[in-house]
Amino acid sequence: MSGPDLVRGNVIDRLLQDRGDALVIAGLGSPVWDLASSDHRPENFYLWGGMGCAVSMGLGCALAQSKRKVWVITGDGEALMGVGSFATVALQRPSNLAVIVLDNEHYGETGMQPTATRQGTDLAAMALGAGIPTTMMVTSEADVERLADALATGPLPLVAVVKVQSSKPRPVLPPRDGVYLKNRFRQAVLGATNAMQPR
Amino acid sequence: MTDLWTVETHRLFKEHGVKTVGYVPDAGLTDLINTCEADNDIRTVVMTTEEEGIGLAAGAWLGGDKAALLMQSSGVGNTVNAIASIVSSCQFPLFMIVTMRGQYGESNPWQIPMGTAVVPVLKSLGVHVFEVETERDAAEAIENGLKMAFVSNAAVAVLIGQRLIGAKSFIADVAEEVNHVGA
Repeated sequence: MSGPDLVRGNVIDRLLQDRGDALVIAGLGSPVWDLASSDHRPENFYLWGGMGCAVSMGLGCALAQSKRKVWVITGDGEALMGVGSFATVALQRPSNLAVIVLDNEHYGETGMQPTATRQGTDLAAMALGAGIPTTMMVTSEADVERLADALATGPLPLVAVVKVQSSKPRPVLPPRDGVYLKNRFRQAVLGATNAMQPR
Repeated sequence: MTDLWTVETHRLFKEHGVKTVGYVPDAGLTDLINTCEADNDIRTVVMTTEEEGIGLAAGAWLGGDKAALLMQSSGVGNTVNAIASIVSSCQFPLFMIVTMRGQYGESNPWQIPMGTAVVPVLKSLGVHVFEVETERDAAEAIENGLKMAFVSNAAVAVLIGQRLIGAKSFIADVAEEVNHVGA
């Protein structure tokens, strides 16, 4: 059996090419490096901890910023830890939230131990079962194009699981100072006064 | 009739601009959850675990909204790493109302250990803990907690004690008469 064809950096580059003004939250691990290497902007929030919270954070942001798209880019291990959030998102049905899981079937940061998806756990099926109306399993370049279309035209919310090779992310390190990342994001979204002098 | 502390809490949520209320239910929160759900200006989010609430509230703040979280004391245990990693590292505001189990008159022994651990656990995470036992203290603590969270980027938990909400008689909720079996 051969492994996945898709390479994480290429997939991320393709999807972010059509990002527009979407806000992006990256779950901890390789997606943080992927996002920084592809499209480093103030409207990126990089999670350096809080494993399992990327989707719920995306939901909170999507409900607050209902006129902008919010993308969560995360990994299979991170998504599995917070998998109940798929049900929470399904119940809220935010029409601006997309979750993209880069599924390399391993815990990449900790020594490449296999995750449950390596043994057949299907995160897209779990999302579907949770009630997410649009779910996709992405395994080819053509599928990536379909995902890019879906991100552009909807309907959202969607959860897409992209099977990628277990290769290392490109070594681009974004800031790790959480207060800086938070304030930088809020200033970009809300403007400096509203961000720093909230009422 | 709606609890007085519920009426006051809902009024304070409005006054302080709380737009999102994330919760995992508890009997002691029933009135407050129903009141928030009936309010079209507040988005209620029922969560599968309290840990999601930390992500939800931080995400709401990133997008410019204020969120409050409601949970039972046992749920505090599910929030620990998220509070430490996300709230503390980034100094996100956090405002939680925790209805207590495992203290005054508790009839389920399994609730007592986590009920006892809530205060030291939250304090060890740097969360400011306001323990209240009366209607008046509840309203005052919630008002000051909201201010402190959202003006000073603090993490605040208001613990509503069983002296105020009552010790739950869980047997009465299941059936009027229960047959007890032993070994």
